Amino acid sequence: MTRWLGWLAALGLLAGLAMGFGYAPKDAVQGNVQRIMYVHVPSILTAYLAFALVLIASLGYLFTRRTGWDRLAHSAGEIGVVFTGLTLVSGSIWGKPTWGTWWTWDARLTSTAILFLIYVGYLLLRGMVDDQERGARYAAVVGILGAVNIPIVHFSVLWWRTLHQPPTILSPERAPVSASIGLALLVNGVAFALLFLYLLSKRLALRRLEEEIRA
Amino acid sequence: MTRAIDIQGIRKAFGANAVLEQVDLSLEAGEVLALLGPNGAGKTTLVKILATLLRPSSGGGRVAGFDLLKEPERIRRQVGILGHGSYVYEDLTAQENLRFWATMAGLPADAGALRKALAAVDLEMVAGERARTFSSGMKRRLALARILLGAPRLLLLDEPYAGLDQQGKKWLEEVLLDFRGKGGAVLMATHSFGRGLSIADRVAILAGGRIVLNRPRASLDLEELHRLYALATDDDA
Amino acid sequence: MMFARRAWIVLWKDLLTERRSKESLNALFFFAVLLLFLFEFALGPDRERLTAALPGLLWLGFILAGLLGLGRTFLVERENDCWEGLLLTPGDKGAIYLGKLAVNFLLMAAVAIVLLGLFGIFYNVDLWASLAPLSIVIFLGTVGLASVGTLFGAMTSQVRARELLFPLLLLPVQVPVLLGTVKATEAVLQGLALAEVAHWLKLLAAADLVYLVVGILTFEFVLEA
Repeated sequence: MTRWLGWLAALGLLAGLAMGFGYAPKDAVQGNVQRIMYVHVPSILTAYLAFALVLIASLGYLFTRRTGWDRLAHSAGEIGVVFTGLTLVSGSIWGKPTWGTWWTWDARLTSTAILFLIYVGYLLLRGMVDDQERGARYAAVVGILGAVNIPIVHFSVLWWRTLHQPPTILSPERAPVSASIGLALLVNGVAFALLFLYLLSKRLALRRLEEEIRA
Repeated sequence: MTRAIDIQGIRKAFGANAVLEQVDLSLEAGEVLALLGPNGAGKTTLVKILATLLRPSSGGGRVAGFDLLKEPERIRRQVGILGHGSYVYEDLTAQENLRFWATMAGLPADAGALRKALAAVDLEMVAGERARTFSSGMKRRLALARILLGAPRLLLLDEPYAGLDQQGKKWLEEVLLDFRGKGGAVLMATHSFGRGLSIADRVAILAGGRIVLNRPRASLDLEELHRLYALATDDDA
Repeated sequence: MMFARRAWIVLWKDLLTERRSKESLNALFFFAVLLLFLFEFALGPDRERLTAALPGLLWLGFILAGLLGLGRTFLVERENDCWEGLLLTPGDKGAIYLGKLAVNFLLMAAVAIVLLGLFGIFYNVDLWASLAPLSIVIFLGTVGLASVGTLFGAMTSQVRARELLFPLLLLPVQVPVLLGTVKATEAVLQGLALAEVAHWLKLLAAADLVYLVVGILTFEFVLEA
């Protein structure tokens, strides 16, 4: 199962790469740099997927007290942090040639950075509690609060940057995306989701083994 | 009358370290059980599990007639625990301490009821003094007053004689005998062969994460008990 | 009814303890004065610059004081294992959370008022004119900080590296509260009507509500030994 997922993900990523570089057109304004979007956007979407999973698994753990849910929450949290980090790095690389700076307090970049910090705290907490069962419970609480906090962070940072009138929908200005760009994004998105599932199942298996050794 | 304690196959592990392996224990209402065991045998862990402070890793049963895993809230209303901590707030007076815990437990907390409870443990003279000035024996009495306020059916005592002077020990025995006389059950965990044994109806030994002996006190003389205890705890080592 | 009585008795107990020990409040007031001096030294005596940075400094100072004060309220429960006793009390543990939250709210509100007063005196800011809108902002901000602070404070009081973990968990979560309060305070001090920052107030209120609900519902799991 895991192995199949791995191959599928690898295949998907290859296809995504080909789509991103070959099929999708070069951006009229930004040039080739814009192609980093095919990493950047799927990364953040995958991170959101991971954090949503943390929320679900945290609730699952608090209700059932099954360690399986805790393993899932922990693993998804770790992978989520990795993909959030990837988003920040790819955003920086994208930012340097387009905005002329590695970092700017752009609304989305900033809220992603805050997300990163919240979930790094989530992972730190797990490392700092000696008793495993208690650590799992505390982490579940933080996982839930962290997830419901995401929209609040999102809006606060958005308004902080745009100074005035709050936008009415989640994303203020969405330029129409051409069909070929959309398709390339979709392929990359699916590939990243597969990669996420592969890493998740790997991490879960590893965690199970760790626990067996400890027991 | 339901049994005060009726648990089977209790196992508790902290990480890879199993403190309790397989504990079966039962206690009838109106009985006092002395639970003996060396330090580190898991007596405190067992007491905490019975009090619903800890969840067993596996196993289960009934305490005070309620399911240990499914009805902890109901057990908490029926069971009083006197563990290592006295649950006394140092900056509150004796009466304020009682008032706080009575209200938290949803019990009447009027001055009359509190005064009566303090009188029952000989603390009415210091009702208005802060617990910080109390000796550890006085804090234990205050804790006992708090427990008895809730009219429990089962008392779980972890080393109850520690920190009490001779007079205090005698006094505690009287309280426990009185409690038993009213149909209450007592589990008393101790590592010493001291006073507790004299009022016990049954004696149990916890060693190696199991109950290795559980017999009526009358069937054992002290010498035999010492021998069995040494045997059980040597096995463990 | 029982719920309210329980919450109230927790508040009563903690206020009584605080009044007798005066541990937290005195230290926090002193800390507020210290912060004031530090800000002054760090930014120089230029009044213009200080006034411009005032809302930010005010809330930064407030949150720093919160890091010191909020984690402490559960330490009293560790004495004589009172924590265990709380866990054993029957009924909804959300009441304990609310009681503790009320304590923390009062503590932090007192700090906020002192901090504000000191800023007014030392930096010559006219606070009287904007007192009413300012108190709304302070109320919303304090609830936001105290609600998460109470939850995380309970959690970290049981952890070895308490002083370290508490800020690491609390600060990122509090970003929306910091942004909202600073922006709203800025506007209020400039004499703008509250309606101008209505979206910030709504956001703060929504955040407060979300934190409160999560706190009440999950506190039970934090309290468990």
